[in-house]
Amino acid sequence: MKLLVLVLNRTFWFFPTLLGLLVITFTISHVIPADPVAFVAGDNATTEQVEALRKQLGLDQPMHVQLYRYVLGVAQGDLGVSLYTLRPIAEDIASRLPATLELTLFAVLLSTLTGIPLGVLSAVHRNSVLDHVLRVFTVSGLAIASFWLAILLQLLFAMRLGWTPLQGRIDGFGPDTVTGFMIVDSLIAWDLESLGDALAHIVLPALTLTFPAMATIVRFTRAGVLDAINSNYVLYEQAMGFPRRAIVWKYVLRNALIGTVTQIGLIFGILIAGAVVVEAVFDWPGLGLYAVQSILQSDYNAIMGFTLASGALFIVINLLVDIIHGFIDPRESR
Amino acid sequence: MTTEHGPSVTTTTTPRRGTRALLEVRDLEVSFATDGGVARVLDRVDLRIGEGEIVGLVGESGCGKTTLARAILGVLPTNSARVGGGSIHFQGESLLDKEPDTLAREVRGREITFVPQDPFGSFNPVFTVGAQIRDLMRWKSPALRGDRPPMGRRERQRADHARVVELLRTVQIPQPEQALAKYPHELSGGQRQRIMIAMALLPEPKLIIADEPTTALDVTIQAQILKLLRRLAEDHGVAVLFTTHDLGTAYEICDRVTVMYAGQEMESATSEAFFNHPAHPYTRKLLDSLPSRDRGLRGIPGEIPALVKPPPGCRFHPRCDRATERCARERPSTETLGHAHGVRCFHPTRPGAS
Amino acid sequence: MDTLRFLLRKLVEDRVALLGAVIIVALVLVAVLAPWMATHPEDVSEFHPQIRLQGPSAENFFGTDRMGSDIYSRILYGARITITIAVIAIGASVLIGVPIGLVAGWYHGWFSDALMRVSDVFLSVPQIVLAIAIAQTLGPSIENVILALSATYWPFWARLVYAETRSLKNEVFIEACIALGASPLRVMTLHVLPNIASSLIVRTTIGMGGTILTAAALGFLGLGPPAPSPEWGRMISESREFLPEAWWYATAPGLAIFLVVMGFNLFGDGLRDILDPRIRRSRRHDD
Ligand SMILES: Nc1ncnc2c1ncn2[C@@H]1O[C@H](COP(=O)(O)OP(=O)(O)OP(=O)(O)O)[C@@H](O)[C@H]1O
Ligand SMILES: [Mg+2]
Repeated sequence: MKLLVLVLNRTFWFFPTLLGLLVITFTISHVIPADPVAFVAGDNATTEQVEALRKQLGLDQPMHVQLYRYVLGVAQGDLGVSLYTLRPIAEDIASRLPATLELTLFAVLLSTLTGIPLGVLSAVHRNSVLDHVLRVFTVSGLAIASFWLAILLQLLFAMRLGWTPLQGRIDGFGPDTVTGFMIVDSLIAWDLESLGDALAHIVLPALTLTFPAMATIVRFTRAGVLDAINSNYVLYEQAMGFPRRAIVWKYVLRNALIGTVTQIGLIFGILIAGAVVVEAVFDWPGLGLYAVQSILQSDYNAIMGFTLASGALFIVINLLVDIIHGFIDPRESR
Repeated sequence: MTTEHGPSVTTTTTPRRGTRALLEVRDLEVSFATDGGVARVLDRVDLRIGEGEIVGLVGESGCGKTTLARAILGVLPTNSARVGGGSIHFQGESLLDKEPDTLAREVRGREITFVPQDPFGSFNPVFTVGAQIRDLMRWKSPALRGDRPPMGRRERQRADHARVVELLRTVQIPQPEQALAKYPHELSGGQRQRIMIAMALLPEPKLIIADEPTTALDVTIQAQILKLLRRLAEDHGVAVLFTTHDLGTAYEICDRVTVMYAGQEMESATSEAFFNHPAHPYTRKLLDSLPSRDRGLRGIPGEIPALVKPPPGCRFHPRCDRATERCARERPSTETLGHAHGVRCFHPTRPGAS
Repeated sequence: MDTLRFLLRKLVEDRVALLGAVIIVALVLVAVLAPWMATHPEDVSEFHPQIRLQGPSAENFFGTDRMGSDIYSRILYGARITITIAVIAIGASVLIGVPIGLVAGWYHGWFSDALMRVSDVFLSVPQIVLAIAIAQTLGPSIENVILALSATYWPFWARLVYAETRSLKNEVFIEACIALGASPLRVMTLHVLPNIASSLIVRTTIGMGGTILTAAALGFLGLGPPAPSPEWGRMISESREFLPEAWWYATAPGLAIFLVVMGFNLFGDGLRDILDPRIRRSRRHDD
């Protein structure tokens, strides 16, 4: 019941929030800049050329008409055209989304699969050498600039050691596109060469993103496990002679994970933010790289599209996290 | 197994049972590392529980009842508590010398079970009650014992389930199957504590340690649950170590009572002797200060000593009328006054003297 | 005064937090003393192409950059930029966020709801995304970075203050103040604010680290102060085309960012342990 109310509430607020975001980005991109068209058309353009472009882009209309048109467009999945290439932005974004999703999901997978066990171990053996090492590790994970880490990894593994490619997503054509995820597609096509190549390409950017995400997960898991370990139910389970391993990895972990799951939304925030710069460093053809290229080209429309798309993605992810949380926490769902 | 039994549980004061020692604690010392220094929470404590005997451990808050209970179970906080000396023998075997794993596997939850003080927080909140009982039976089912005829897993599970349902009915859970499917937060405190009692009985233990099993509950439910505990313990022939502040309940349900003060046990006697011929000055003061039977331990003059720097010798001596200089020097050894009546005092009130 | 002494004593006991404090103090000192500590103070704007891309040496501790400027001196001056951005941006976020949170938490009604919804909208995208959009539109400059960061970070403080005010409002002593006829403004400034000060301080300290990282990322993307500014993020981005040979070029500014953010995070964590009684309690179990 509670869960249903929560989901309905979140879904209900999805569109107003997106609309609010839209208004903010619209204000940023249409109201503040002096004249994007003149900028885009370049210094050599004649006044007539500029006006023609302005008309073509609908920027000659009054502000409220532009906003109205934009909202109408977004409602139909149309994010306008790039000021630079004149291609539809929605298409650009859709074609780049899988690359970003593949990268971030890969990083989420890596960071949860390593972060949760490490967090548990760190709590169970608190104040041990492992715990202290992990503490240094997590504190650094949240302090390091991801673009710097990316460059260091590149410097060491790609340039010096030559173990991995420097940048990009795949060499050559890669497998036929089915899901848009290189790794999955090469598995579907059973193209092991592409698979190895895709993995070699994804490893460094994914590691860069994993570091801070994993630090967050270790921290929250550790805190959650410690809370649980000091609880009365663990005392009871010990007093009744439940095996220690079952207490830690079943009873305590389940409780701690519920807390960690609520942090996945936060982690995705870290990952999306990280993806912008990390994709730029590794030339990873995803949304982040798109955003950076749009910045360099002063493509306001494209940046706006990117902002809206990542906002929508972020809201959906948080909604999913709430639903998952509701399912695994019995205190929420009934 | 008889489940029907008369309500006349309040007057059992003769030591019908308890002839052979089931649990024998001797000179047990436990200290805690705290911010202010080392707190000597248990100071050379003796405790004896006979087979099938219901022993009440009474004392003011902070005197070390829970610490003693946890020491017996072997679940003291690992990072701050230390057993400094003494011995704990259960069925003749030393528990302190057993490996922690052996203790968890063979003693805890099997020979000795536990009823916690806090039925609200002692269930794991994210598993159903049924899942938790299933796990208990997976590891602690009596059918797993060496002396039982071996059973197939399926067969055992079916038998265990039947027993769980039956026992839940016995502890007055009206619809056991439904209760098993629920999460702990969907049950009332009283229901949870009844289930905890059932869980303590399921492994067919020799001893149940019940640490203030009713303090978290409503007064009206308290009496019901205690009578239930007593009745079931009698029916199953299980000994109980029952911790409480409340002299009234101790009198009602215990065969014998041991009183503790600031980490030292002071006197141990049958309920009848304890209430009618108290020998230790502390016990006497305690009983005098009771406005009526059913009031808790409150208000005798003076302060409970801090355990980081406790008074030497008998810890009660600064507040004792009879204290002599010897009391501040050494801790009295146990003096036997009558049948199973021991007192740790140099100047006890002897029977007939009062 | 007593609380201050208590704080100081706790800080000295908690060596990790102390380390954080030392790093922060060092950062401030470096920023203030940059002209005296720098070996080549003129290199912030002067170039010496003939000695470009030299490795670390006694003359240039951290080597020289693509213009032949001394990286060590530039990093010292970069500390000024980092501090300026972080302090002003966080200060502005606090100044915007705290009053909004107070008002929204104190009064019920559509206006409070609307304020909180607006802050939710800002929180619905990762901060850097919005900051990129704003900084890009406004053009690369230190003022615009500050503006972009303030505009994206204020909702954190609004949310925090809102939640704390809501729960404080039900406390007996606040209700007593209201019953005694104190004006809302008075209660808010004299009673509510002091009670949420500790969580505010903790959040602000930790927020510093995040803001510095975001600011550096903006600089890295070319949205920060323009060349030849010695902004750390920009220096790292400039170094990229000279890798892997000029490894020192990327290493030094990255380390500087890392150290400073680490300082704020460690100090913030320590402060939280000291100031937040809830966490303090669970810490005691922990150790
Ligand atoms: N984990 C611990 N760390 C430090 N001191 C402790 C710890 N647990 C208990 N103590 C101290 O040991 C003493 C005895 O505590 P204990 O819980 O055994 O008392 P109790 O008789 O069970 O009290 P209550 O009736 O309140 O449950 C107290 O002074 C308490 O402060
Ligand atoms: Mg207790």
